[in-house]
Amino acid sequence: MLSTNNKYVGLLYLSPALLFVAVFVFYPLVQLIMISMTSESLLGGGEFVWFDNYLLAFSDRSFWMSFWFTVRYTLIITPILMILGFLLALLTMQNRPLAQLTRGVVFLPVVIGLASSSLLWVWLFNQQVGLFNKALVDLGVIEEPLVWFNRANLGMTAVIVSVVWKVVGFGMIIMLSGMQSISHEVVEASMIDGASYWQRVRKIILPLSARAILLATLISAIGSMLAFDQFYLMTRGAPRGQTFTSVYWIYQNSFVYFKLGYGSALSIILMVVIMAGAALQITLQRRGETA
Amino acid sequence: MTDLASPATNITTGTTDARVVGGSRAVGYLVGALCLAIIALMLVPLVLSFLASLKPPAEAAAVPPEYLPRSLSLENYRTVATYQAGLWTYVANSLVVAALTILFCLALSVPAGYALARYAIPFKEVFFLLILASMMIPYQAMLTPLYLMFSSLKLTNTHVGLAIVHTILQLPFSVYLMRNSFEAIPRELEEAAVMDGCTSMQILRRVFLPLVLPGMITVSLFAFISSWNEFIAALIFMSRETSFTVPVMLTGVSTGIFGVVDWGALQAGVIVSVIPCVGVYLLLQRYYVSGLLSGAVK
Repeated sequence: MLSTNNKYVGLLYLSPALLFVAVFVFYPLVQLIMISMTSESLLGGGEFVWFDNYLLAFSDRSFWMSFWFTVRYTLIITPILMILGFLLALLTMQNRPLAQLTRGVVFLPVVIGLASSSLLWVWLFNQQVGLFNKALVDLGVIEEPLVWFNRANLGMTAVIVSVVWKVVGFGMIIMLSGMQSISHEVVEASMIDGASYWQRVRKIILPLSARAILLATLISAIGSMLAFDQFYLMTRGAPRGQTFTSVYWIYQNSFVYFKLGYGSALSIILMVVIMAGAALQITLQRRGETA
Repeated sequence: MTDLASPATNITTGTTDARVVGGSRAVGYLVGALCLAIIALMLVPLVLSFLASLKPPAEAAAVPPEYLPRSLSLENYRTVATYQAGLWTYVANSLVVAALTILFCLALSVPAGYALARYAIPFKEVFFLLILASMMIPYQAMLTPLYLMFSSLKLTNTHVGLAIVHTILQLPFSVYLMRNSFEAIPRELEEAAVMDGCTSMQILRRVFLPLVLPGMITVSLFAFISSWNEFIAALIFMSRETSFTVPVMLTGVSTGIFGVVDWGALQAGVIVSVIPCVGVYLLLQRYYVSGLLSGAVK
């Protein structure tokens, strides 16, 4: 039928998407590699410099500071997101109306923009007009409103609070779908055996939703390694560039200092690191499953 | 189509019965109280922002601040409405870019999904993987070559240019989803249509399109939300004051004039930027969650 005699028709239907990806993804990728080996600048110039940009990157303290800052941010926020997401999924996995409403509300901030939520929270954290500060003072947690964005650790804490609020529902939904695919028989059998709730969580729910948890971890970790909006809008890199993330530092170099060649080299380094990290996690996951 | 509909039931009618979580009545109350507390905690920031946007500007700038407005005013909305080129210019920019993104995503992913699901194409799976692989390349890293390319094509500061970048983001997911949608349709349907002498284009239009409509809605929904919210590409590609999208305009508001930030106006802007997403989510929640799960969990 259709499929056998019309293979060129099929290719015709597929070709616009293929062409699009070729022109707007793979061609720019080749360009990126080429630009990274030039001294290209938005102001002109652009000589071929081989690997000078990469050598420069390895000795660029600011780049590594931004890189390790991003890694630290990722290592702190990812477990928070996963643990809270898992607990929220546990809490709302039954199908009572209240649990469903909770799911819907927790997921709501996922659909709003990271820029919008960052601008909401930068206001809540403001030392003069911020209501988060006021709430902390009223609750007796702090005595005076804090200036959140003039110390790197406080600034990161503020960003983490806002991003957790914004994306915790994402992990929750992924893990819920994992939990809900666990068969009833397994759970019921354990109940007959007299397993307590937390035993069931540890021995059944946790291992059987491991795939979903790892997937959510991977997506969250990659997203955090590419963080830009929240820091650009909340900390603006302050104090003294201590809260620049990798993407932020690349943006600064490419589009503020116009050093496109150097920025491209940094982009490639970051891309390779993220891909290697993702590959490592997937390999470990596969090995874990077969073992 | 069934495989699109079934994950959707997870969020609304899931399968785990109450006994699994079980426990006594006291535990039930505790769980209920916890749920209510979480709902409150999640909603408080949005509610506070909304209330602040309704404060008269002097109240919104008051130090120390008050949680609730003493009197209501639309002054903050008036301020953002007339900010620089005017809020509606920016909303229109965002909407046009989002509409073009939806258009591009559908125009590319519907035929591609159809071809991948129904035709024997040489190197089909290789092509499919190539399209999906573009998801592995972070677009944040690709902005420099795209910027140079778009500069020479005169596509910077244009709706089409930014929509192309947003399409790059959404295309892998869209193609994946459309392929699944087409594959879920029973083959007997198109065989009957072939018997009746329909051409492949006619089959696509008359037989398939109505059946993959839920998939197309999901593709459009994701394209809209991701385009409306996207920030870094909009910041770089839309540098002219009249071509800003809403999030880029808000950045301007948050920087303030001579360092003085109009917080009430900023929250009014935040609310304006949040409303379409929340509205679309509440209307089409089923499609959004099912799309997310079918894209992520495989």
